[in-house]
Amino acid sequence: MNDSNASTLLSVDELSVAFRHASSELLAVDRISFDIKKGETVALVGESGSGKSVTALSVMKLLPYPAASHPSGRVVFKGQELLQLAEHQIRHVRGNDISIIFQEPMSSLNPLHTIERQIGEVLMLHRGLTGTAARARTLELLTQVGIPDPAARLASYPHQLSGGQRQRVMIAMALANEPDLLIADEPTTALDVTVQAQILKLLKDLQTKLGMAMLFITHDLGIVRKLADRVCVMSRGKIVEQGPVEHVYTAPEHPYTRQLLAAEPKGQPPALNPAAPVVVSTDDLKVWFPIKRGVMRRTVGHIKAVDGVSIELHRGETLGVVGESGSGKTTLGLAILRLVSSNGPIVFLGHALQGLRFKQMRPHRREMQIVFQDPFGSLSPRMSVADIVGEGLGVHHPGMTRHECDERVVRALNDVGLDPETRFRYPHEFSGGQRQRIAVARAVVLEPTFVVLDEPTSALDMLIQAQIVDLLRDLQRRRDLTYMFISHDLKVVAALASRLIVMRDGKVVEAGAAADVFRNPKSDYTRALFAAAFSLETAPEGVVSQ
Amino acid sequence: MDARVSGIAPETTAVAPTGLAVPPERRRVVLSPINRRRWQNFKRNRRGFWSLWIFLTLFVISLFAEVIANDKPFLITLNGKPFFPAVVSYPETAFGGEFETAADYRDPYLQKLIADKGGSIWWPLIRYSYDTHNLDLPTPAPSPPTWRLTEAQCKAVVERKGLKSCRDLEYNWLGSDDQTRDVVARLIYGFRVSVLFGLILTIISSIIGVAAGAVQGYFGGWTDLLFQRVIEIWTSVPSLYLLLIISSVLVPGFFVLLGILLLFSWVSLVGLVRAEFLRGRNFEYIQAARALGVSNRVIMFRHLLPNAMVATLTFLPFILSSSVMTLTALDFLGFGLPPGSPSLGELLSQGKANIQAPWLGLTGFFSVAIMLSLLIFIGEAVRDAFDPRKTFR
Repeated sequence: MNDSNASTLLSVDELSVAFRHASSELLAVDRISFDIKKGETVALVGESGSGKSVTALSVMKLLPYPAASHPSGRVVFKGQELLQLAEHQIRHVRGNDISIIFQEPMSSLNPLHTIERQIGEVLMLHRGLTGTAARARTLELLTQVGIPDPAARLASYPHQLSGGQRQRVMIAMALANEPDLLIADEPTTALDVTVQAQILKLLKDLQTKLGMAMLFITHDLGIVRKLADRVCVMSRGKIVEQGPVEHVYTAPEHPYTRQLLAAEPKGQPPALNPAAPVVVSTDDLKVWFPIKRGVMRRTVGHIKAVDGVSIELHRGETLGVVGESGSGKTTLGLAILRLVSSNGPIVFLGHALQGLRFKQMRPHRREMQIVFQDPFGSLSPRMSVADIVGEGLGVHHPGMTRHECDERVVRALNDVGLDPETRFRYPHEFSGGQRQRIAVARAVVLEPTFVVLDEPTSALDMLIQAQIVDLLRDLQRRRDLTYMFISHDLKVVAALASRLIVMRDGKVVEAGAAADVFRNPKSDYTRALFAAAFSLETAPEGVVSQ
Repeated sequence: MDARVSGIAPETTAVAPTGLAVPPERRRVVLSPINRRRWQNFKRNRRGFWSLWIFLTLFVISLFAEVIANDKPFLITLNGKPFFPAVVSYPETAFGGEFETAADYRDPYLQKLIADKGGSIWWPLIRYSYDTHNLDLPTPAPSPPTWRLTEAQCKAVVERKGLKSCRDLEYNWLGSDDQTRDVVARLIYGFRVSVLFGLILTIISSIIGVAAGAVQGYFGGWTDLLFQRVIEIWTSVPSLYLLLIISSVLVPGFFVLLGILLLFSWVSLVGLVRAEFLRGRNFEYIQAARALGVSNRVIMFRHLLPNAMVATLTFLPFILSSSVMTLTALDFLGFGLPPGSPSLGELLSQGKANIQAPWLGLTGFFSVAIMLSLLIFIGEAVRDAFDPRKTFR
């Protein structure tokens, strides 16, 4: 692997990264070695915390030194030892020979500068281009990354662009000086599947055109297969396996790689059951946020987050809600739980909920629960697990003794597959998957009928995702739960949902039994969504957002 | 992302094993790991750590001012009976004197009376209280520190009291002020009053400020808007002039002054806490609590307040030092505590009025400067302690 071939562009040799924490040292990356040749795409895959991003950042020397240090290793780029370079020398390499695109297009652009100024800054720093020369090059770059009407976009600010367009601008900035190596740190994770497919295609095209090498960091094995030539699988700071993509995918050697490749959400969703009682139904439900203008704050229009949605859900079923971000999926869930105000009747277990006040809602809340997307944000960091899970019991069963309460908490934790002994710990002592289990336990401890699952697997690694999907299905069967499963991840939805609605701009585009919709999508939008999600194919222009 | 997560990954802590049959152990006595990390960070700032100890020592000592500097002995044994003059007021007749008035223990006559009866007197370290007038000053007040007196200066007193030299006099370590009172005694009492006043003011104004900020931030909308405008108008009132006017109408005492200063000091934390609550109310775990049907009050107390406390605690030492400063400033201007009460501000103003007696000004300056510096150093260390990104080289 360490052939000192002339075509080797970047060679990472026995690199380690350590972080100092209080008095102890924590080894984030442990003696890893890999090479990137000219024009090649190497993918780094692994779970969060496996040291992928840290590796990428140490190539650019962007880690928070002196908290971070390199106990061993060399990073050689075009014969230059990068780790030994002084700060002013490495600045010539950054953004010029090696550039990087980050995950979050929202926060990677300065909100106060126009697109022209942001790209122009890179050109000026490394090439000394100013004035018309810089503008011409900026236009060329924007055209290259496929921004529609680039001349008009020069004066735009980041907030005027969509997420995908922002990521395109980021790519334009990274390509401004024709780098030899592009580091892409999960560049599509924050984007919708349809946009993700477009960005990946763009990266692939640009790479062939410009002949640059790419270090692609991702947790998504589908992307790796589509994009990379070679893959390095990382686990706990070590590269456990590396090789050509085809080889690793067809004949994985390391058990971890095998596990990772097998970690697709599997299993059959619950059957449709029209005979069962209706748990929740809405009729023409609307959530409109008023837009107010002027001194008198007159309402001049509405943002129609949810615009006339009617659903009917029977006991024991799972309703999958899919769509791009901003399509109103989450708002629909919150509206049904009466956590945002809405218009139109909501009938829950035979009770009309619309118009009830907070106190009047309380008895119904026992039967309806929600699990959120972010397992880090949805648990109060200052409460122990027992307190978090037991909080609802205190509200709905005020007469319960502490002992009974504790028993219920223990049972709920057992149900979600957590050791009840851990209930006096605090959330930060748990991993993402365990935290999501705690959040599920909090929802089921009240023994509800209906649970809204708002992207509960999106923030989790592939391996954990599959486990949570199994857990949810298992709970549903044992407790006869009714789910509303909101997700943009169609693979997970396919494994869980018995009914499906596809939402776009607050409206239902397509609805029906999940199996039918997946087999035979009727609208163009649904088809484009499925193509992007299952095979990372881009849709023809105009069908999906850019 | 990876770097941050693994960089601060906390070590797992041992948890007391609790069987299912055993009733749950609700609170752990040990500090949570995050608080332990904060305490470590605090200790790592040596200057702040030592400042805290010095300040606490001084404060605790000053709390016992009555047994350190007092014109009443803390114990007299007479005829096998104990007397505690520092806490109980005895008439002179109790010791065989002639008058029914309260005993003046500094009076040589009374001292002699007790000694003649075979009793013994246990004096504090310094035999002056903050309001004791030294009747045997060698020079006109303000008198320099006793150790700086020349024999010629104290000749008269030495002869009158039948002593050998200046060094046998009762010491005024830092001299006396212009009303013949001992500066050290006034300093000890003044320090105590300043710190206590500052602490009470800080605590009460924090409670009010946090409550007001919490309500504004949590409910938002019109509540927030109205409240903010009211606060803006309130803070634009020229508070110093108003203080001067009010304190000339009301008889200024410790609690009147506290109340007046409170009127204006509670706003300092409102903006901060409001911002924390505004940020916090959209956290998913707040949504989750609302979905559970938890009431607003409980959400504010249990879920949001702990978040706001970090920012509040970081500010507390600075609010404390500014409270102390305000009181000192008012005393300096003569609008503070009633005349005669021990106060650092009054000491400073005496120093200003008596340039020829530098021990007054210097003592005042150094005590105020050292006290405020200590508080600021502690504040810095607290800020470090609560900074999650702080790493020490």
